[in-house]
Amino acid sequence: MSAQSEASTLDAATAPKSAAAFAAASGEYRPWRNVWAIVKRELGGYFASPVAYVFLVIFLVLVGFFTFNRNLGGFFERGEASLFAFFVWHPWLYLFLVPAAGMRLWAEERRLGTIELLLTMPVTSTQAILGKFLASWFFLALALALTFPVVITVSYLGDPDGGLIVCGYLGSFLMAGSFLAVSSMTSAMTRNQVISFILSLVICLFLILAGWAPVQNMLVGWAPAWLVDLVASFSVMPHFAAFQRGVIDLGDLVYFLCVIAFGLFVTGVIIRSHRAG
Amino acid sequence: MIKVENLTKAFGPKLAVDGVSFSVERGEVLGFLGPNGAGKSTTMRMVTGFIPPTDGRVRIAGYDMEAEPIAAKRLVGYLPENAPAYADMTVWGFLNFVAELRGLVGEAKRKAVNRAVEMCFLDSVLYQSIETLSKGYLHRACFAQSILHDPPILVLDEPTDGLDPNQKHEVRTLIREMGRNKAIVFSTHILEEVDAACTRAIIIDRGRIVANGTPEELRAQSEVAGAVLLTVKGKPAAEIAQKLRELPLVRRAEAVAEKDGAAQIRAYPKPEAGDGELGARVFELAARERWTVLELRREEGRLDEVFRKITLPDTKPEKEREIGKKQ
Repeated sequence: MSAQSEASTLDAATAPKSAAAFAAASGEYRPWRNVWAIVKRELGGYFASPVAYVFLVIFLVLVGFFTFNRNLGGFFERGEASLFAFFVWHPWLYLFLVPAAGMRLWAEERRLGTIELLLTMPVTSTQAILGKFLASWFFLALALALTFPVVITVSYLGDPDGGLIVCGYLGSFLMAGSFLAVSSMTSAMTRNQVISFILSLVICLFLILAGWAPVQNMLVGWAPAWLVDLVASFSVMPHFAAFQRGVIDLGDLVYFLCVIAFGLFVTGVIIRSHRAG
Repeated sequence: MIKVENLTKAFGPKLAVDGVSFSVERGEVLGFLGPNGAGKSTTMRMVTGFIPPTDGRVRIAGYDMEAEPIAAKRLVGYLPENAPAYADMTVWGFLNFVAELRGLVGEAKRKAVNRAVEMCFLDSVLYQSIETLSKGYLHRACFAQSILHDPPILVLDEPTDGLDPNQKHEVRTLIREMGRNKAIVFSTHILEEVDAACTRAIIIDRGRIVANGTPEELRAQSEVAGAVLLTVKGKPAAEIAQKLRELPLVRRAEAVAEKDGAAQIRAYPKPEAGDGELGARVFELAARERWTVLELRREEGRLDEVFRKITLPDTKPEKEREIGKKQ
């Protein structure tokens, strides 16, 4: 008996018995509905606990502090209608806060054992990974959106370039996504959130510092030129800086999307290898 | 409905499951028995598609679990070991989330959730956060999740673990009732559950199936199955045992207990004895001897004895070896 005919006799037997079973057995397959269900659950998970609110408050306080402090961002002292003093701190804030937001993604799922539930549902691991990632990214986008008073301030005080601001936000959003994909990856590695956080932080720090002159100098003496260039090309900073200048270059977009795709791909590989034992 | 062929799982060099094959049809409740660490959970995880098998395959209503996982998983409801659930959600939120992943929307979703809540008696904790639930309710919430889409196949890993006797009884009744039109596999290490809920049982030990049959068939493998137990008042056990041994159909007779002036003797039949024949002979003997018989009973055999007989001889040497190694 072929798989199809056996399955169809099953449908015929199940359908009249209950609407639920009928839907389960023959309802058409909509992958994005699964992703959306997971996104909703994850966002609910953030806001069900105080974690989300603590995170948002800390992020906004730190952003404000770094931007407006005269010795750090010096927003007012600059005397220019730009958000440079605001965006320049984002890589460093994200370095700590994005791993904190992403560390629970898979570690918690493994610790509670719910990963077994999730992956025995009619859901592919790609959908699950994407759903969880998008939920956290939405959450980070919300945190970023709540910095709108900075935009209002600069608009009130001067006449900033709107395109530049949008571009800066886009770059910041993409960088948050890149760090988050790294956190998703490290979160899948362990059931311990602290380990996940630290691993993610170290990798993100590498992404920030890779192109920095002192790091480059360390390599220049002995490493072949291609290795020096390769390490430098991992750096998130030049790509982020391009967005701050108001330049949306295809190469920069591709860089961020590549980091995200790579992080999520490795997440999938790790989850699959865990399941295979 | 479930067809498992030569399922094997290796963790490193260790074979957790070694060539397990079985099938379960609609209307069957298969009990999966075995000592701890026998490979029950690993088998269930492969059947439900959580972990891929090293070798062999699982077919769910004709769908291969590895080739068509989504189609296969749709037909299965699964209660994993220890009933995991999202701690930060309410029971209601959790069930709705699962319903959405099961492809249920709108009215169908509402109905399915209500039905599961009703069947598992979750009304009183519906809006309570899962982390605050007692173990019994947690189990029921996770159980509700598994039957939400009214699946034709249910896989339950230790569904009664950690429940109190009343809750155990409820769950067993539920399993037995649902077993009438579903194919159910459930694992347990509690033998009484086999009688309470199963139509068939498999005993697995160190990754291999060591027995497979109805509870009656398994019990018949017991040493005492078919033996006759006789309780006589006012006679020494040794004398009665001697008389019983003289019967042509008796292979062996032994005193089991002697108290309050009553002796209890068990007589084992020879293989050629027909069903119930030994009982008749013992009754005739007792009548002839004018014994005051308090009880005369044919023993059906005990599952726990079969279980020990089948699983102990294998595990013991390994245990000893391990202890030897440590020293």
